[in-house]
Amino acid sequence: MNLPNFPKPLARLVATLPSWPASRAFVAAGNLVAWPSLRELDWSHIAGRRFRVQVSDLGLNLYFSVHANGFRALRNGLADVTFTATAQDFARLALRLEDPDTLFFNRRLLIEGDTDLGLMVKNMLDAVELETAAAGMPVGMGRVVMKLRQLALH
Amino acid sequence: MPALLELICPAGSLPALKAAVDNGADGVYLGLKDNTNARNFSGLNFDAKSLAEGIRYAHGKKVKVLMALNTYPQPATLARWHQAVDTAATSGIDAIILADPGLMAYARKNHPNLRLHLSVQGSATSYEAVNFYRERFGIQRAVLPRVLSLPQVENVVKHTDVEIELFGFGGLCVMVEGRCLLSSYACGDSPNTFGACSPGHAVRWQQTPKGMETRLNGVLIDRYADNEKAGYPTLCKGRFDVQGETYYALEEPTSLNSMEMLPEMARLGIAAIKIEGRQRSPAYVAQVTQVWRAAIDAVKKDQAAFKPNPAWMAQLNKVSEGSMHTLGAYYRPWK
Ligand code: SF4
Repeated sequence: MNLPNFPKPLARLVATLPSWPASRAFVAAGNLVAWPSLRELDWSHIAGRRFRVQVSDLGLNLYFSVHANGFRALRNGLADVTFTATAQDFARLALRLEDPDTLFFNRRLLIEGDTDLGLMVKNMLDAVELETAAAGMPVGMGRVVMKLRQLALH
Repeated sequence: MPALLELICPAGSLPALKAAVDNGADGVYLGLKDNTNARNFSGLNFDAKSLAEGIRYAHGKKVKVLMALNTYPQPATLARWHQAVDTAATSGIDAIILADPGLMAYARKNHPNLRLHLSVQGSATSYEAVNFYRERFGIQRAVLPRVLSLPQVENVVKHTDVEIELFGFGGLCVMVEGRCLLSSYACGDSPNTFGACSPGHAVRWQQTPKGMETRLNGVLIDRYADNEKAGYPTLCKGRFDVQGETYYALEEPTSLNSMEMLPEMARLGIAAIKIEGRQRSPAYVAQVTQVWRAAIDAVKKDQAAFKPNPAWMAQLNKVSEGSMHTLGAYYRPWK
């Protein structure tokens, strides 16, 4: 089974959102769901670097940085490195269903700007165990994530 | 019984190692977080903690752990390589994969019980070379460079009692392994000492109106139209203007896939098949390990009837650089 595509009308609606509130919402969700399992990593080389996640099919831009205490939304639209992919491909990456190099070869993932920073983050995230990450998520969420992955694998 | 077609899979992280183990690898190979190995990319590889956990996990499932120490030490930092050998010996690594003869001598002298494998970076293409490393340093296995045709491999196998490991799948170098100067030329860092070809700090990708551009240290090495597959940002796989024509002047982005030669490799008594890709994600490792496990099991069951299953080939093509594959030098009519 594949993960579903983002419904078109919803995508059009999302595209009209300005990026600052969207970045803030994303960061709040990231701090809640992902940060517990990421806080152990050594972020010292990355603290303060500016990331942009461009969700191409939604026309959505998320700007944030990472600090010792979590993600922080950024307002000024500047980034050291930009990741571009569709919502579905980002979701497949997050669930460990897809290999980033494969997406890159197929032109479904683009890393612009500071490549080394992009690769470092990619490799650091690859080194996090999904089970551990899921266990650190708020009640119920982790189970949903593992279930989604199972469904998509079969 | 001597090893036959052991499946050796790449691990750039603990989840990748577990993916290899869980999907049927007989051995995994990994490196430390520094330039003592040839996949020295930011954020990749193992520290003391993940190494200990990786060895524990693999050994718990009877899977071997090999450590790549396949770069060439430099005088100022030699101690780092020696320490890495010591770490391997004391942490329970099953074999280390070396290219530098000085390091082999060190390992032999200080850890006589540690198994030594000759890395592909050692570029030994003849049985004389392989036997030399055996005589002097007691290596027990050699990984042959991907420049030999299968009859040439056979010639090596016939004249040595060193186990032979061949590459089965993954990215291809331009076929002068351990001796390529292209990345040094563009970036000033030799893959053999820095531990990476085309390191991230030198790579820039940019979407432009003309297409996606790849630059290495400022040098434009390729520009992809929207519908074109991309390759790794290495010089060998760039398109260049040669006498007014722009094309892949050295090599096309493509992956090695030698699966259809497995029966031949079994007949030759090849000890192990190596999968390339320590830089890749756990998802890749899981997919590729699964396919090769099935293929090797099928060959071992019935050599004569073996045929690569089209679904396996499609799965491998999907994760390939350039999304296609070649038999490389294993099959070529010329010598
Ligand atoms: S430039 Fe190509 S052939 Fe040379 S080391 Fe890099 S990948 Fe290998």
